Amino acid sequence: MNSPARLPSTYTHTAIALHWLIAFALVGTFGLGLYMHELPLSPQKLKLYSWHKWAGVTIFLFVILRLVWRLGHRPPALPVLMPAWQRLAAEATHVLLYVLMFAVPLSGWLMSSAKGFQTVWFGVLPLPDLLSKDTELGDLLQQVHMILNFSMAGLVLAHLGAALKHHVLDRDDILSRMLPFLGKPGTGASK
Amino acid sequence: MNTRQTTLALATLLFLAPPAQAIEFNQFQPAKSSLSFVSKQMNVPVDGRFRSFRSKLAFDPAKPAAAKAELEIDLASIDAGSKEANDEVAGKPWFNTREFPVAKFVSTTVKPLGSNRYELAGKMSIKGKTLDLVAPLTVTQEGNSASFDGALVFKRADYGIGDGVWADFGTVANEVQIKFRIVATAAK
Repeated sequence: MNSPARLPSTYTHTAIALHWLIAFALVGTFGLGLYMHELPLSPQKLKLYSWHKWAGVTIFLFVILRLVWRLGHRPPALPVLMPAWQRLAAEATHVLLYVLMFAVPLSGWLMSSAKGFQTVWFGVLPLPDLLSKDTELGDLLQQVHMILNFSMAGLVLAHLGAALKHHVLDRDDILSRMLPFLGKPGTGASK
Repeated sequence: MNTRQTTLALATLLFLAPPAQAIEFNQFQPAKSSLSFVSKQMNVPVDGRFRSFRSKLAFDPAKPAAAKAELEIDLASIDAGSKEANDEVAGKPWFNTREFPVAKFVSTTVKPLGSNRYELAGKMSIKGKTLDLVAPLTVTQEGNSASFDGALVFKRADYGIGDGVWADFGTVANEVQIKFRIVATAAK
């Protein structure tokens, strides 16, 4: 047996839980962001903005936890037959997703500070404003926040597409090791 | 006492003693004055201010009880934190600036509280409603100029500022922290 065999064959329960928790939280918070910024000013809009910001801070903390866990627990090896370019693409996508999971909430926090609206986590814990109020910088950071978000959405779609392609076309265990109830596609769920 | 000594004594009286003619601060200095506030939205403090306001005042430190002050605020000059907010608060549920463009304060009494502190009381009119308003006042004199600083908690609902959907204090708090600094010089 070669060295990949010594790597775990599946993700830890913690890694799986964090993956899906963050995945759903990101999709929800992204959707909320898309919806709320078009609204005319109303108490509802102020509430949604606060909820979006609270969610962002919470996700940021879970991403720190996830990164720490990831550094301490090697993920399972990729299928041996996977071409080198696919390995590289998978590796790059994962690294970029981690970078964006930090950069997206961070850009939102900075944007809020520059726009003069402090982030107060759950209405209780005020986060320090790293930038002082500056309308132009606030508008610029809004663009940055948006671009980072759409980049992340694109990468998430690529990530999702790749996972489905591995499951349906390649029939390997890439998806099932993150969704253990699927079973191994090669062996079939009926067995 | 010879003539020379008399002259010297007179000169001392004239130039070193406090002037018998009291100084009165009555020339409002808009560029040095400010009127700012902090509102709370979802418990987030948001800084705001009014850009345009005028004051007529007369304050003689020797006769503070006789002091008088008037303040007129152009409500449309508000900066409530963002352009979106400025447009919103000009509207009917808030200040309704089309019908009530100016808020006006007229003092009734100024009570000395010791050293340079005073209690300023008067009538505040906003949106067609006039209510009593009391604010602490600290007067700092610097040569020909005096600064009148104060802070108070203002309750927006008292004047019906933020009606209808905005009446819920859970989103925008009722209490608004107001800070003012009025600077006036003495007329020469």
